[in-house]
This record gives sequence, C-alpha cells and structure tokens, in this order.
Amino acid sequence: MLEVFRQFALDLKASGINLTILYDAFDFERFVSGLMTTCALIVICTLFSILIGGAGAAVLALSRGPAAMLVRAYVALIRNTPLLVQMYFFYFAVGSLMPVGQNAIGLPVPMIGNFTWAVIALSLYAGAFNIETFRSGLGAVHNSYEEAALALGYSRFKAFRYVVVPLGLRFSFASLANNLVDLTKSTTVAYAIGVAELLYVSNQIWSDSLNTFEMMNVMLAIYLLLTGIVVWIIGRVQAAMSLPGFGAN
Amino acid sequence: MSETTILTDIFRWLPFVLWGFALNILMSILAIMLGTAAGVFLGFGQISHVRLIGRISRLATQLFRNAPWLVLLFYCIFLMPYSFTVSGVTYNVPSWLRATLGFSVPVAANFSEIVRGAIGSIPKGQWEAAEVLGYTRTVTLFRIILPQCVTRMLPPWMNLYALLITATPLASIVGVDEALARTQAAVQSEVQPGFLIPMYLTLLTMFFLYAYPISRVSAALERRFQTV
Repeated sequence: MLEVFRQFALDLKASGINLTILYDAFDFERFVSGLMTTCALIVICTLFSILIGGAGAAVLALSRGPAAMLVRAYVALIRNTPLLVQMYFFYFAVGSLMPVGQNAIGLPVPMIGNFTWAVIALSLYAGAFNIETFRSGLGAVHNSYEEAALALGYSRFKAFRYVVVPLGLRFSFASLANNLVDLTKSTTVAYAIGVAELLYVSNQIWSDSLNTFEMMNVMLAIYLLLTGIVVWIIGRVQAAMSLPGFGAN
Repeated sequence: MSETTILTDIFRWLPFVLWGFALNILMSILAIMLGTAAGVFLGFGQISHVRLIGRISRLATQLFRNAPWLVLLFYCIFLMPYSFTVSGVTYNVPSWLRATLGFSVPVAANFSEIVRGAIGSIPKGQWEAAEVLGYTRTVTLFRIILPQCVTRMLPPWMNLYALLITATPLASIVGVDEALARTQAAVQSEVQPGFLIPMYLTLLTMFFLYAYPISRVSAALERRFQTV
C-alpha cells in the first residue's frame, strides 16, 4: 500500500510535481510532526480560549466594578493590537525576564519554551474574541428568563449559572465557530517565534527540496481541511446541545 | 540602567519606528482599496444568477477567507514575479508592494462576504416589488438595493480595516521593513535588556492608538444604523 503511494509520488515527480513528503521518509516525518504541532496548538488554545472567554463573560455579566473594567480593557487591548507583536512581546520581552534553566550539557534553556509562549499568546488572543462572543450570547437571552428564575426562588448567581448560561451558550455557537476558525488560521503566526508547526516545517521542506509551489498548495489544502473540521465539530456540538423549540440558529 | 536613559533611547528610536509605521498604514490603505474593489466584484458574483460565475465566486471567497493570512502572504511573496518588463523597461516589484497584494486577497474575500450578507439582509419583497414595477435586475441592484446596503456594510468594513492594520506586521516575516521589523532592529542594536519591554510596548501602543478609535467609531455606527 505504502509502496503504491511512493510509486505514485515518484511518477508525479517525473511529471514535474515534486511532492517530497510522499516519497521521502525524512520530509514525511517532518511534515507529520509539523501537522501534529499545529493540531496540538489548535486543541490546547481552543480549550484555554474558551475558559478565558467564559470567565471574562461571567465577570462582565455579574459585576459592574473594577473587575469588569479590567476585562473590558483586556479585550480592547488584545483586539486592537497585532497578534504578531503580542507574540514577540511575550516571547522576546517578557521571556527575557523569565528564569533560565540548564539542559543536560549545561547550555541555558528558557524555562518557558516557544511552544508555551505561542499557547499563551494565542489563548489570550482568541480568549478576548470569545469574551465578546459569550457576552453577546448571554445578552441575547431575554430578561424574562432570569426574572422567572428569580421568581422561582433562584439566587442571582444560580439563575445565571442554571438558566442564563445554558441558553446564552447556545446563542454563541455561530460566532464561536468563527473565532475558532480564526484561531486555527492564527496558529501560523507561531512560525515567527520558531514553533515547528505546519508552516514552519513546510518552509523547511521547500527550502531543502525546492518545491515551494507544491508545498504551498499542500499547506493551503491542509489549512482549509483543518478549518473545515473545526466548523464541522462545532456544528456537531451545536446539534447535540440544541433544545427543541429554542433558538432558530 | 536608569529609567531616563531608557526613555531617551525610546525617543531616539521613535522617528525610525514611526516611519516604519507609516509603511504599515500605506500598505493597509492600498490593500483595503484593492481588496474592497475586488470584493465588490466577488460579492456581486456570489449573487449572480449565472451559475458558473456564482459558483466560482463562492469558491474563491471561501478559499481565501479560510486560508491563513500568513500563507496567502507567502504565496504572493514567493510566487509572484520579482520584476516585470513593459515595452523594454523592467520594473522591480518591491516586497512591500507584493505584501500589499498578499493582504488584499483575504480582504477581498472577507469583503465579498460582507457584500453578500448586506444584499441578503434586504427583504426579498423589495426585489419582487421592483420587478413588478418593471425594473431590471441590474437597475434594482444599483438603484434600490445597494443604496440601503452602504450603511449596513460600513461597520463591518471598518472592522475589516482594523483587522487588516493589525495584520500588516506579518509583512516583517517576509522581509518588509515596516514598524515591527524596525522595532526589532532597534532592540537588537541596543544591548540593554531593560529596553525590550518598553520598546515593544511603544509599538503596541502605536497600533492601539490607530486601531482603537476605528473600532469605537465602527461600534457606534453599528448601534446608530441598527434597524431592529
């Protein structure tokens, strides 16, 4: 089976399309590890960004004090500055203040690596967009639901937790899917701080094998596939959580 | 290292970085103009009744909207000709111009969706009423539908521009000498480590001061034009 692929790739090469990742074991391994890194970035940052979004939206919904101001300032700052500069700021500027460990042969190794910084920067970035999404989702729940819950003897927090949040979450899915597609696309920015994700390894491969055009198209196809998968998963979650008779979205 | 010397160092580098930032603004303005123009055509294409045009426009829109900006930038930087010859005179295409084209591709795709969404948000009855009154489809689109769409498209268009200006530093990755590249050059030539954080903060502030008012105006317009 593998041999068939290999032969097919070599035939393609003979006809001018040089896909080294299909017949060269080294390039194949690099490519797969890059793809895995990209997937890991997407999954980890999705989890953290949803946590940040949920926490931020809860603060905005429940408090009017300095905590809410802080969340609003964070959202405004992150949304109106470039992700790449944020990432450099974390990796180069804040990273220079972090403690430095040593590896087995005594060379200095930063305690927080570039992958971790990429996760931090991307999670904070996508988190800010998710706060807005969840905030407007909660805002879309009509006041009467909360009033009914309060009349039934729920405390304000419990009405929020058990009535408003479950409904607001369901209003948020369309916009959340958008944010997560953006996050998937933004993982390429981690390239700039040397995280060996898909774009980074593709760049290495086309530098070594001089097949820029082929690799770029492969990369584009894979990113379209990844965003498609993200949209599909959100759609499945939305379908699984849908309430009969509630929300036409 | 005292704080005053860091401050004077920042002021010494500020004009250098600001000129780079001017290039960011230039790239963003050119890209939004190109992208908007192309996006209008793509958007019209999406609602075209000619099946082939509709299909191609929708495919192009989805393709370029879902591809990462950085990947599209790489496409334009590496695969576009570095120079072209018109009647014996060879023109070099500078990298910032190629990056600008790279930015205008996703802008066009996003604006195409804005156009399609705005046209779709006008009640169907207006098309039918215009048809009954004997208007052709083109006249209906330009004289009846589009004038109502302008106010609906303005806020998302401004959001798109804010997104674009915050994407322009990506050009530094492909070697364009803009604000971020110049900030990096500055921090590399100053050896003091305390210089890193304030310098990057200065750059973040620059972008924030430019993009934040745009976002606020866009949000205000959105509230003002809200019809529901």
